[in-house]
Amino acid sequence: MQNRSSTIQKDRVITRRIFMLAAAKLILFGGITSRLYSLQISDREKYELLSDKNRIREWKTPPQRGFILDYFNNIIADNDRNFQVHIDLDQIKDFDETLFRLKTIIGFSNNEIRKIYRLKETLKPWDTLIASDNLNWEQFSKLNLYLHELEGVKPVLTSSRYYPYSNDLVHVLGYVGTPSEKDIENKDIIRENLVPGLKVGKSGIEYSYENLLIGRYGIKRYEVNSSGKRISQIDYIKETQGDKIKITVDLEVQQLAQELLKEKAGSICAMDIYTGEIIAMASSPTYDANKFTHGISHKDWQEIRDHPQKPLVNKSIAGLYSPGSTFKMIVALAALEHNIIDPSKKIRCTGDIEMYGQKYHCWKDKGHGTMSLRNAIKQSCDIYFYETARLLGVDKLAVIAKKFGLGSKILNNVYFDEKSGLVPDTKWKKNNLGFNWLLGETIINGIGQGYIQTTPLQLCLMTAQLANGGYKITPHIINDENINVEEIKFAIKRDMENYELSLNQNPNDIFGKKPERLYKDQKNIKIILDAMFASTNEPGGTSFRSRYDDKKYQFAGKTGTSQVKRITKRERELDLEQSDIEYQFRDHALYVAFAPYKDPRYAISVLVEHGGSGSSAAAPLASKLIKKIIDRHEFREYIRNGDSDLA
Amino acid sequence: MLTERLRSSNYTFFDKLKSIDYFLIIIVILIGAVSVFAIYSTESGKFSYYTKNHLVRLVAFFSMFLVLSFVRITFWYKNSYNFYLACIFLLFLVFVFGLTASGSKRWINLYFLNLQPSELMKIAIIVCFSRYYHRIQTADIQNYKFIIIPLILLIIPSYLVISQPDLGTAILIAGSGIAVIWLAGLNIKFFVYSVILLIVSLPFAISLLKPYQKARILTFLNPERDPLGQGYQIIQSKIAIGSGGFFGKGYLKGTQSYLEFLPEKHTDFIFTLFSEEFGFLGSIILLLLYILLIYRIIMVGFSCRSFFSKLYCFGFASAIFLYVFVNIAMVLGLLPIVGAPLPIMSYGGSSMLSIMLGLSIVMSCKIYSQDQISNY
Repeated sequence: MQNRSSTIQKDRVITRRIFMLAAAKLILFGGITSRLYSLQISDREKYELLSDKNRIREWKTPPQRGFILDYFNNIIADNDRNFQVHIDLDQIKDFDETLFRLKTIIGFSNNEIRKIYRLKETLKPWDTLIASDNLNWEQFSKLNLYLHELEGVKPVLTSSRYYPYSNDLVHVLGYVGTPSEKDIENKDIIRENLVPGLKVGKSGIEYSYENLLIGRYGIKRYEVNSSGKRISQIDYIKETQGDKIKITVDLEVQQLAQELLKEKAGSICAMDIYTGEIIAMASSPTYDANKFTHGISHKDWQEIRDHPQKPLVNKSIAGLYSPGSTFKMIVALAALEHNIIDPSKKIRCTGDIEMYGQKYHCWKDKGHGTMSLRNAIKQSCDIYFYETARLLGVDKLAVIAKKFGLGSKILNNVYFDEKSGLVPDTKWKKNNLGFNWLLGETIINGIGQGYIQTTPLQLCLMTAQLANGGYKITPHIINDENINVEEIKFAIKRDMENYELSLNQNPNDIFGKKPERLYKDQKNIKIILDAMFASTNEPGGTSFRSRYDDKKYQFAGKTGTSQVKRITKRERELDLEQSDIEYQFRDHALYVAFAPYKDPRYAISVLVEHGGSGSSAAAPLASKLIKKIIDRHEFREYIRNGDSDLA
Repeated sequence: MLTERLRSSNYTFFDKLKSIDYFLIIIVILIGAVSVFAIYSTESGKFSYYTKNHLVRLVAFFSMFLVLSFVRITFWYKNSYNFYLACIFLLFLVFVFGLTASGSKRWINLYFLNLQPSELMKIAIIVCFSRYYHRIQTADIQNYKFIIIPLILLIIPSYLVISQPDLGTAILIAGSGIAVIWLAGLNIKFFVYSVILLIVSLPFAISLLKPYQKARILTFLNPERDPLGQGYQIIQSKIAIGSGGFFGKGYLKGTQSYLEFLPEKHTDFIFTLFSEEFGFLGSIILLLLYILLIYRIIMVGFSCRSFFSKLYCFGFASAIFLYVFVNIAMVLGLLPIVGAPLPIMSYGGSSMLSIMLGLSIVMSCKIYSQDQISNY
């Protein structure tokens, strides 16, 4: 037995200790209480907000793309109703079974089924799988009929890009498709709007005007649990459609241009010579842009990609060709501007000429005889321009060529695939090829052969800037409402009238905005235009057969035939017809023109790949198109002046 | 045999019934009732697996508590070392045959229950230490000889539990043991020294921790470090509690828990769910229930004559406090997540068993409060 005093002492110790411990407990409980207070009362709002964020999850719905309109307000890039089948993976009990049922109802092919399985691999268990994003009405209604047996399967009506004139405008508009990793990386707006089912521009205007066209995604808010399973819809903010974009192209002219190029490879460009509005920009062969919207099939893709005439290339801006004789206007102008030749200078053409130990041929074996500048352009005499180029030198020529729009990109902000072409000079050759310029290269440059490479649109711009009297214009394809054509025309007219005056004194800023002159002497431009008139409208002119006598349609132009392959001596002796030569070695046919001659308004360039001679293959096409453009002119002006209701 | 023992005591059965602490029983029933509703809520208001199991266990173990209350306190005194040794044995069994779940080996399969011996150890250590200090006189307590032995008795189970690994339970076992040592009157300077030693050795201790334990501590210090991983539980738990506000979101309306943002909501995070649905008010009331429970147990201790009973009651009251405090502080983000259930409230058989067993010993202390325990 313990003794009594020790027992009492022990009892005291224990009592004291439990009181100390109890006090400590109370303090700690006080701490918990104050923590609860701070969480639940002081910071309540903050945590409520966090809790809501947790609870509510947003599902974004893809935005509607903005329409693209032609100049006459025809919708050329539309949105179409689109039937889709979505499968909510978190509501499906047996994926295989559901898919089997869908297969029998909708009639998926084995290939499509495989694709769906592959797609499923990439998704989270609560994601929505888009089993098909393009059902036809029959499939869609059948699906609705059997819907009660298919838990987790949703028929969805959405909108997707539809091009009513797909084949006619694919190179202008581009096409849309599912965003690639690169698209997402490069464009903030795509990253912001990235939702399942989003389609983005892959080329053309669809690509470059993504920011305007894409619109804004919608939001569906759902209450969810932590695994993301939707419990109920709380909110739906409708997606907004992207902006409308109006382009300067005339659908009818464009359609005719495509029609003219049917079964051929080539390009037709038409431009307003004052405003720089592109009225048509056709490229052939073409393809169906609608095929890309829902993912193009492998077979179709292969067909387009492997087509020998390269439908994927927008030949108007990305096709590079030697300008051939269409370049002669620039050679002549450069020579005149630099006072190298006189318009009355005569050169005798005998069919060939020997320079620096090399023989150069004219396209006319027998020769043209004695030629003046006007006749040389009219009949496209090569010898005259060999000699002119020799006298001029390549560097002076290059300066003028560049001034008129060759060798640089024109619509680079719209078409990422545009090529700048090449206007060679001695410096370029030295820097890029490492060799000195050879005089012989200058000579063939005089007829638009050799290193020089241009796009059809550049040739169109060149013609336009000659036709408007030698003033700089800014070509564009996106309509600019601020452009006042009368103002531009008036400014140019005034500048031309004041030309003599401006030689003596500087009339700058007297009349406000002054158009930018591309010439030194107004006279020279007139000489060139007159020669072009002769080429089309006088007997013996290269495009005489395609002329119109009606002043309303009368145009002036210049043919061009661009050699693809150097003609060997043997071939020259054989004097083969173009149709006897293998297709890919035939000449490219070119034609540039402006119309009406009296009061020019439009410029046009035509290129037919391997079409043979410019006068037989290209000029007739231009002739037909010019008529159409001029017939539509009044209507176009009507629209320009603000009455869009008529369209 | 039970009736024989009852008859052999000095009290009539009626006396025993009279001396039962009904207030304590009512508190236990109240907390038990709250727990059933809370578990029901974790299942989004469906009477299914967890609720059913919890209710069955609650009723079974509560009945066990009432029956075992009539076991003489001398039985516990006599068998206290055996109880301790049995638990150590069970811990060894776990070490060898234990069931592994989510990376730790804590359970023995008893077919009707997966027993977690470490939970029983929480009670056994208190019983064992109460007996140990029962006979040591105050003067001897400071003697190193009498310090070393309880230290060893403490380290063995703690080590076994840590190695499962189950840091939370190990801390609770060690804490309960230390509470009894403190109550017995060990000089305060030893505790001060220990704390200093602990702080000094902390860096070394941390280097011995398992990576997941280190991560938990780092996460506790800064939950935003890994908001979807380790910090997820703390952040979500704080959001749930904080968004509850004063009155709470209402029963079965806790979005955080209802929408399954809370992990382990029926075990360690049951308080979070409760607090989200019943708010500050409900939490304070639940806290008050626990304070009353602890207060009643301490009062039972005061009414006992024997040191064993006193030490046990005070020790068990401190242990209950420790469980409640560690759990709630944990879900409030005041302590790292170590895995400690909330007594009675949390779903879990072993935890319920050990609490009810502990309470039955308290009740036994109360019924036989006037029993003298001689030195055997």
